[in-house]
Amino acid sequence: MKIHEYQAKELLARYGLPIPPGSVAATPDEARAAAAAIGGTVVVKAQVLVGGRGKAGGVKLAATPDEAAAQAAEILGMDIKGITVQRVLVAQAVDIATEIYLGVILDRTAKAITIMASAEGGVEIEEVARETPEKIHRVHVHPLAGYADYQGRKLAFDIGIPPQLSRDFAAIVRALVQALVDNDGELVEINPLVITQEGAIQCIDAKINLDDNALYRHKDLAALRDLDEEEPAERAAREAGLSFVKLDGTIGCVVNGAGLAMATMDTIKLSGGSPANFLDIGGGARAESVENALKIILDDPNVTAVLFNIFGGITRCDEVARGIVSALPSLARRVPMVVRLVGTNQEEGRAILREAGLVAADTMQAASQEVVRVAAAPQGAGS
Amino acid sequence: MSILVDENTRLLVQGITGREGGFHTEQMVAYGTDVVAGVTPGRGGQVACGAPVFNTVAQAVAETGANTSIIFVPGPFAPDAITEAVDAGIQFVVCISEHIPVQDMLRAHHYVQLKGARLQGPNCPGLISPGKAKVGIMAGDIHQPGPVGVVSRSGTLTYEVVSHLSGQDVGQSTVVGIGGDPVIGTGFIDVLRMFQADPDTAAVVMIGEIGGTDEEEAAAFIQEHMTKPVVGFIAGRTAPPEKRMGHAGAIVSGGIGTADSKIEALRAAGVHVADFPRDAALLAAGRL
Repeated sequence: MKIHEYQAKELLARYGLPIPPGSVAATPDEARAAAAAIGGTVVVKAQVLVGGRGKAGGVKLAATPDEAAAQAAEILGMDIKGITVQRVLVAQAVDIATEIYLGVILDRTAKAITIMASAEGGVEIEEVARETPEKIHRVHVHPLAGYADYQGRKLAFDIGIPPQLSRDFAAIVRALVQALVDNDGELVEINPLVITQEGAIQCIDAKINLDDNALYRHKDLAALRDLDEEEPAERAAREAGLSFVKLDGTIGCVVNGAGLAMATMDTIKLSGGSPANFLDIGGGARAESVENALKIILDDPNVTAVLFNIFGGITRCDEVARGIVSALPSLARRVPMVVRLVGTNQEEGRAILREAGLVAADTMQAASQEVVRVAAAPQGAGS
Repeated sequence: MSILVDENTRLLVQGITGREGGFHTEQMVAYGTDVVAGVTPGRGGQVACGAPVFNTVAQAVAETGANTSIIFVPGPFAPDAITEAVDAGIQFVVCISEHIPVQDMLRAHHYVQLKGARLQGPNCPGLISPGKAKVGIMAGDIHQPGPVGVVSRSGTLTYEVVSHLSGQDVGQSTVVGIGGDPVIGTGFIDVLRMFQADPDTAAVVMIGEIGGTDEEEAAAFIQEHMTKPVVGFIAGRTAPPEKRMGHAGAIVSGGIGTADSKIEALRAAGVHVADFPRDAALLAAGRL
């Protein structure tokens, strides 16, 4: 789960990180008041959970409170990559001398907490990794030993922090690691971390991604989820306990298992169609899950056909078939459905489907070809 | 032969009295797995699925000689169960549980290594050596003994490939589901190394998916160390970037972990990568 910059900064301020004063505003008047309280030049920043807001015009300087209100009026309501800006952060502007990158991640490859630093701050770290990977310095914190102070010092020397600031920099590194550990962050990133013209270190932007599996022990952080920025279908699926990702194709997919669900999407594509979603309905493929899944999928007007791909294994196929059939009467609209069902009692399951007028297919490829065919057929031509 | 589990496996089930644990223990016993004990704190002295239940893993090991453990407890409690198992001297721990915080897994992973034990999973279907032992939640009857080793990050996708192998009367030496989490114990390379050393494995199917770089690292290992044929399949070519596809570990992040990168690396290492799961089974059968 991602949280906003202003939320990340509030959290990091509790760890003693140097963050320029600022406050969040939802109206131009609030932005004016915030700017007046801060004093001097401020920066007005769109609060959205997608990257590239600067290029989209979502970050502007303002020399006076009235100017801050005007900038906020322009940014609020702006569309950035499909997200409507609801809030801005009004923060004290800083005279930047040097921009640095500093990030801490849970590193799946190194199986450690990895700290990354680069003297090339202010640009996306992925870009630095691609263009000039030698400019990124890393140290790994062993999960059992924990962070050691030499690691922050080493990074300070590696990226050329002036000696008089190396102690401050190391303290920031330690605090960032602690913030990641305490809050189950997947990523805590300061980009840029700057050295000001006055020679102080300040955190200008902050990004925190949290481990979804750990939110159960961070109720306060879980409450920060911005429902406005979630795709409505994905939100409905999450609330129904389904693993769902919306795509832009025409063929709805209901599959049990994440790997099989991805392979099903790929097979549809290779068969000449386009998947409308990723959906893992879980091992049991229970009637209630099937019903919830179909409602969410058919809510998407692009969907012209649905493919079920259930590899039952231990799950009984007759039960899954009954679940699918029992969900049909409650649907707002009908589209052709192709069902591929394999596992215990598969013959009984397929018989139930045929009686309900659904197409039963034997293999993934046959099912994909069939669903691509019916999805492309004119409306009403299917079952 | 086979790898990791066989007729000498003496299995302990952690969470044996739970709904999932109970159901799958019955299935494992029905398959012929030697389930010697269960552990559920507070239920010591009871019997579940024909096996004695103990309060602690240490007791269960002392009284039954269990040498392998499978964990069904809910995610938040699973790292504790892993730690208890290796502290009691269990050498091989299979963790089925999902939704475990990554940080907890990082610590558990290193602790297991410190103890010289092996962890498989979490968030995995377990493993099966057909005809010998099933330590997992897969349907036993789709498998049959034979020469193909299978290693995979996915559950049902593995069943798909296995059913096509068995459908052509090509059996499996061992089928290992390493799990869909970002941090897992046993990885592709560990299993590939064991298959290479196993005299009864003649070919390997490796099933990967988007996220991380384990497949790319496995490709380098295959090129340098494997003489047995390896066939691959990678799921998630159509997955959008920065979106988690069901498995916690299945995410293309910052351009890292794409299906194309994995397919390219495997092909460069001489691995035949199939477009469809069924073709992976056909190709493996053709390499025997």
